[in-house]
Amino acid sequence: MLDILEIVVSILLLIGALFTCLGSLALVKLPDFFMRLHGPTKASTLGTGAILLASAIYFSFKTSDISVHEILITVFLFITAPVSAHMIAKAALHLKIKQNRRTRHPIHYDERYGEEEP
Amino acid sequence: MLDGNLLAITLKIAFVLVSLASLFSLIRLIAGPSIPDRILALDTLYVNSIALIILYGIQQGSALYFEAALLIAVMGFVGTLALSKYLMRGDIME
Repeated sequence: MLDILEIVVSILLLIGALFTCLGSLALVKLPDFFMRLHGPTKASTLGTGAILLASAIYFSFKTSDISVHEILITVFLFITAPVSAHMIAKAALHLKIKQNRRTRHPIHYDERYGEEEP
Repeated sequence: MLDGNLLAITLKIAFVLVSLASLFSLIRLIAGPSIPDRILALDTLYVNSIALIILYGIQQGSALYFEAALLIAVMGFVGTLALSKYLMRGDIME
């Protein structure tokens, strides 16, 4: 029983850490602000949710009563991440940030923006 | 059978990966060409620090760290919202 618990918690931790790392890697690597917005809002939130779920399962079985704090943080993160992403995107549209050629439906379009960055 | 070895190794790997994620967000926070880039990097840094605190709580085996994580989540959301609002309107409370 405890072995199965440990394996499940370890798999959830690995998935969560991998998704968090990939989300932040997208933040560094992508060429455009509106592309960079995708990584942290989806991948990092999912990764942190998986880590929180692993913590909830671990402490629920360790202390033999159900641990609700992590579920609270997970629900709060999953509600607030789209709202904050929407607000940041609205601010970026208002500031007329330059967009890459490959961004979908570009408004403030620049031919060469972001091409020379790694 | 496994007696805690698997969880310890996985925790170390997870610590390394999440610390790497924080480092990437810090790079974007310093080098970001525009202000919304920096706000986005700060928001990602908040989320990564929540993950780090939860990992530390699992490693210590103590349930005391969730209040800190919840506080960081709330403060990060309010801070991101206030900064975006300030960029849009030039004012936070109208």
